[in-house]
Amino acid sequence: MSNNSNAALLEFVLRLGDNNLILGHRLSEWCSNGPFLEEDIALSNIALDYLGQTRILYTYAGTLEGGKTEDFYAYERFEHEFTNALITELPNGDYAHSIARQLYYSVFADLLLTELMKSKDATLSGYAAKAIKETAYHLRHATDWTLRLGDGTEESHQRMQKAIDDLFMYTGDMFATTEKEKSLVAAGIAPDVPALKAAWTKKVESVLKEATLTMPDAATWQMQGSRTNRHTEHIGYIIAEMQYVTRAYPGNKW
Amino acid sequence: MENNTVNFENVFNDKIGKNEYIEPKDWMPEKYRKTLIRQISQHAHSEVIGMQPEGNWITRAPSLRRKAILLAKIQDEGGHGLYLYSACETLGISREELIRQLHTGAAKYSSIFNYPALNWADIGAIGWLVDGAAIVNQVSLQRTSYGPYSRAMVRICKEESFHQRQGYELLLELCRGSKEQKAMAQDAMNRWWWPSLMMFGPHDADSAHSADSIKWKIKRETNDELRQKFIDKTVAQAEFLGLTIPDPDLKWNEARGHYDFGKIDWEEFNNVIKGNGPCNKQRLEHHVKVHNENAWVREAANAYAAKKAKAAKGALVA
Repeated sequence: MSNNSNAALLEFVLRLGDNNLILGHRLSEWCSNGPFLEEDIALSNIALDYLGQTRILYTYAGTLEGGKTEDFYAYERFEHEFTNALITELPNGDYAHSIARQLYYSVFADLLLTELMKSKDATLSGYAAKAIKETAYHLRHATDWTLRLGDGTEESHQRMQKAIDDLFMYTGDMFATTEKEKSLVAAGIAPDVPALKAAWTKKVESVLKEATLTMPDAATWQMQGSRTNRHTEHIGYIIAEMQYVTRAYPGNKW
Repeated sequence: MENNTVNFENVFNDKIGKNEYIEPKDWMPEKYRKTLIRQISQHAHSEVIGMQPEGNWITRAPSLRRKAILLAKIQDEGGHGLYLYSACETLGISREELIRQLHTGAAKYSSIFNYPALNWADIGAIGWLVDGAAIVNQVSLQRTSYGPYSRAMVRICKEESFHQRQGYELLLELCRGSKEQKAMAQDAMNRWWWPSLMMFGPHDADSAHSADSIKWKIKRETNDELRQKFIDKTVAQAEFLGLTIPDPDLKWNEARGHYDFGKIDWEEFNNVIKGNGPCNKQRLEHHVKVHNENAWVREAANAYAAKKAKAAKGALVA
């Protein structure tokens, strides 16, 4: 593989890995903060799935870069080097906000992984085949809760609608791409991510409708930045917390 | 003619005598039921409150592998809480009531979780010492006389032994690491040793609930027996790590075939139980706060389930 396509592949793999790491980090913050014990366990379980996916992807990135470890990518990069979608780094908010994010992201991940299973890169297609089983469960969990909260009580309906509205401006950034990634699409390695938007909108719309919620206006201005190293302020705190021990005691094994 | 009236108490005592399980629908003395509710709910609440000190380190775990292990472990603890709440519910009390008792202070949880998890090695120490002490107790409880509790214990013990191993392995990595890492491990050892010994409860002579519990085979071994077992198996493990147990009186007693150990600070124990531990208020207030703040989620789930049930019934009638 040429240096250029190797760099493109690395960038793509890290994008996927970073999405999983940062969203998993946020979900893990629900541990002992969930609305009841079963949900505490469900959210920790989903966080663990994301973490498992992160490790597969970072391990692959390490082989592309000639021997870097999975931990290098989580613990030795600076915040601006993370390429996760902005929506994954936002604070959890109330339960409705976390569920709205899970719905938006899980529909996206499900579509992405369905396409990625066809990748000519065997590691990526293998990863996608494993991950899609987990994502199907995440999507069901998010959908079920969107229905319960949307069509539950007056209060839950209002909170869920607010969450759906508040987060909508961050959804477009999930579909952002780069010139390097486009070269992978042409080579049959990466899916055409922006092209997934139509199917995403349709699916989200149908869940929201069933949940008696209103789909936000498609013309809503969309925040961008995750592919151009423009994060929200929140990423700094996530990375500071995550890397505190390893930065305080550098060079040790844990 | 013989008296055909069954004496329920005799049947119960007979089962206990023969080491047969008491099952939810069997007659049982009211005090047996109450003792079980107290003990099982305390155990369930301990699993749940214990998620707080460990959860406190998930976002700071220093490697992805350790983070995954910790998340999986805490998820297991939540699962243990669930089995135990379910076992408790078979005694005719609702989860809602159990949580209410936790919040009012009527039900307790293990005092060990009123100590803070301050450094990364604490995660290892909680696995090795706290789960290690819990296992000694739980292995014994696999033979408890109440069926649902015993079965929950069998399942829980399998997972707890994994928890203990991961804690030990975490500490082993630190003890083989840098000077700072080893100091971290020793610091954790110093803070968790004595509270772990206190987990077994007061000395037998001072234990308010022990006599009945032993008679009814709810507890199979006494607090002091279990504590001694834990100490005897843990000393060599500490030596292998190269950590010093913070007890100058700890030494092998050839005649007894056990380790002798120093005096436990019961004044501290009693104070932590009374609510004066470093984290009592924090742990309980956190549970209450989260429970109350998320009441709307539970209400929504109930309202939605009721709507669906009504719709399904309507469809059936039509």
